[in-house]
Amino acid sequence: MADNNTLLQVKDLVIRYETDDGVVEALNGVSIEIHTGKTLGLVGETGAGKTTLAKGVLRLIPSPPGKIVSGEVLYDGKDLLKLSEEEMRKIRGKHISMIFQDPMTSLNPVMTVRDQIMEVILQHNNISKKEAEKRADDMLELVGIPAERGHEYPHQFSGGMKQRVIIAIALACQPKLLIADEPTTALDVTIQAQVLDLIQKLKTRDNTSMLLITHDLGVVAQTCDYVGIVYAGEIVEYGTLREVYKDMRHPYTKGLMASIPNLVENVRRLQTIEGLMPDPTNLPKGCKFSERCKYATDKCREKVPDMVNVGGEHMVRCILANEEK
Amino acid sequence: MNENKKELLRVEGLKKYFNTPGGLLHAVDNVNFSINEGETLGVVGESGCGKSTMGRAILRLHEPTEGKVFFEGHNILEYDKSKMKQLRRDMQIVFQDPFASLNPRLTVSEAIAAPMLIQKMYTKKDRVELQKQVSRLMEMVGLADRLKNSYPHELDGGRRQRIGIARALSLKPKFIVCDEPVSALDVSIQAQILNLMQDLQDELGLTYMFITHNLSVVKHFSDNIVVMYLGQMVEMAPTELLFKNPVHPYTQALLSAIPIPDPDYPMNRILMKGEITSPINPEPGCRFYKRCPYAKDCCKNPNIGLKEVEPGHFVSCERIGDPELKENPNA
Ligand SMILES: Nc1ncnc2c1ncn2[C@@H]1O[C@H](COP(=O)(O)OP(=O)(O)OP(=O)(O)O)[C@@H](O)[C@H]1O
Ligand SMILES: Nc1ncnc2c1ncn2[C@@H]1O[C@H](COP(=O)(O)OP(=O)(O)OP(=O)(O)O)[C@@H](O)[C@H]1O
Ligand code: SF4
Ligand code: SF4
Ligand SMILES: [Mg+2]
Ligand SMILES: [Mg+2]
Repeated sequence: MADNNTLLQVKDLVIRYETDDGVVEALNGVSIEIHTGKTLGLVGETGAGKTTLAKGVLRLIPSPPGKIVSGEVLYDGKDLLKLSEEEMRKIRGKHISMIFQDPMTSLNPVMTVRDQIMEVILQHNNISKKEAEKRADDMLELVGIPAERGHEYPHQFSGGMKQRVIIAIALACQPKLLIADEPTTALDVTIQAQVLDLIQKLKTRDNTSMLLITHDLGVVAQTCDYVGIVYAGEIVEYGTLREVYKDMRHPYTKGLMASIPNLVENVRRLQTIEGLMPDPTNLPKGCKFSERCKYATDKCREKVPDMVNVGGEHMVRCILANEEK
Repeated sequence: MNENKKELLRVEGLKKYFNTPGGLLHAVDNVNFSINEGETLGVVGESGCGKSTMGRAILRLHEPTEGKVFFEGHNILEYDKSKMKQLRRDMQIVFQDPFASLNPRLTVSEAIAAPMLIQKMYTKKDRVELQKQVSRLMEMVGLADRLKNSYPHELDGGRRQRIGIARALSLKPKFIVCDEPVSALDVSIQAQILNLMQDLQDELGLTYMFITHNLSVVKHFSDNIVVMYLGQMVEMAPTELLFKNPVHPYTQALLSAIPIPDPDYPMNRILMKGEITSPINPEPGCRFYKRCPYAKDCCKNPNIGLKEVEPGHFVSCERIGDPELKENPNA
């Protein structure tokens, strides 16, 4: 539970999108905790609510249709949901900075990449333009883009290069918490390794905490201290990296791990988890995974299973959590 | 793989240069390969190395600067507009960025129907048939029927990518360039889509060029693999050989950097130097020179070119055969 080392604590966060087609129950009571200097990895299917959680923390949920229904977001003990928009602006970028999922939409198409990095630096630091320019160039080189390309526009860059620019922008002000939404998905593995090493290095230097959203279970294994598995707006399994990877309990977590193409063995068909995530406008009453779970019983469909502690910090939301399967 | 392979696509000396304020950018620089019918060619390489540009140049979505692209034996770069339009049915692309590639004003069903209307596979009279086909395609790629009237911005990345796949499939093409079709998707959906694409390949005899940076996906999916670096091919081999015996130092670094989903796996990454060569007016010689842990003066040779190191396995490196290349410099 929360202690001196807790930088961010999200408690029972509920977020909905009220659309013409119904209410999307995107986040249904999510609690997470991030310690100073540590990285929490969030993994889950597309549409599970990961981006919604990240944007919820920064209060960037588009409203309408989005709405933070209930919960708390405690940053350094303060509930961010209670701050004024003015106070919130000071938190964003300087204290908590976010790398957005969609590189196309988060860069300004009519501004050179150097100017975009400079803009954030100047916004949060009292330094001269010249100094800011130097820092922007340093950041570009740091993410592996020759500084002389700084005067180019986003459309002249490849998808991966854009993503590196975004990382440069996010890290330019040395935030305390970095929320990275699929930061390396667009990158090849060698650049990914460099970027993750780079984030790691900057993290160690500044003791930055990180919330890393990814669907790459390999990246999580190589970078995170804690892992949360998200399904249909709930955390279904949570624990230290080792607890979750070495002793996975939730049927969904097991399904995820089994569907990764294996580099060692050759199989003609990949294992999949049959079916699709439930319609978020019409979630099942009980366990949200019950429609796809081969262990499902009537009991699972009655009510949402509680998070059960299965030892250490390892929590699982499944009625079979403590049984051998 | 079958015995009597028939070549579907051959690319010869393909180049695509862009004029930029800084000079001529060599995005794709003299690429040569071929793909047999019903097979998959995987294309991997660093971000910005020219994979998407190459895919687009082959389909003439970017007009190539130089080179030839033979499809079923004909150089399609000589085709006029109307012949090209016909050819579009046979050659399709699934784009890397499912958001940027979808018209925000079209609903899901309109977006999927659009290519079929443009190609006149259906006319206004066949509305009902067209809607049925849209439903079939949506089901095929796993999109719930209720999403028919949704707009792209209301959907998550995974569903948007499924629209792109449904659109590409709608014309029953022979050849599909898949530009990172699953990298925006989580692993369970990724597995579903890969299986789907494989089934379609088996059923319809589709040929794929599969661009990705995910090496475990490419290994699972491809018959042959091309590794690119800064616009050039550095290695090409049947999948098995490439993974068993990577020869080019960049390929070796690439394979060593795959993150393995096991916290106890001893990652032994070959770290490369950070200095990146600019693709604008590149100097002659090996373009990996500045980052290569084995670089020597001889690597500045301007005519390195691909050499066959074992049957079907081609490598472009001046120091092929040097025993030093086999050792991990960081180990
Ligand atoms: N602006 C919006 N309007 C309506 N629904 C939305 C909006 N943004 C997200 N949603 C819905 O909320 C749910 C959660 O979406 P979210 O983007 O948080 O998922 P995600 O886990 O980040 O998925 P991905 O891995 O694809 O990025 C989805 O069902 C999505 O369709
Ligand atoms: N329209 C354009 N104008 C100028 N330069 C461009 C254009 N499109 C691409 N480039 C440049 O061409 C090179 C290759 O880009 P491309 O998008 O093909 O790379 P990629 O291999 O697909 O990368 P990624 O894995 O990041 O998608 C890059 O240096 C890029 O900046
Ligand atoms: S609670 Fe029941 S349905 Fe849900 S994951 Fe556990 S066994 Fe499966
Ligand atoms: S030619 Fe030289 S610099 Fe280039 S990859 Fe081979 S050893 Fe390295
Ligand atoms: Mg997301
Ligand atoms: Mg690309």
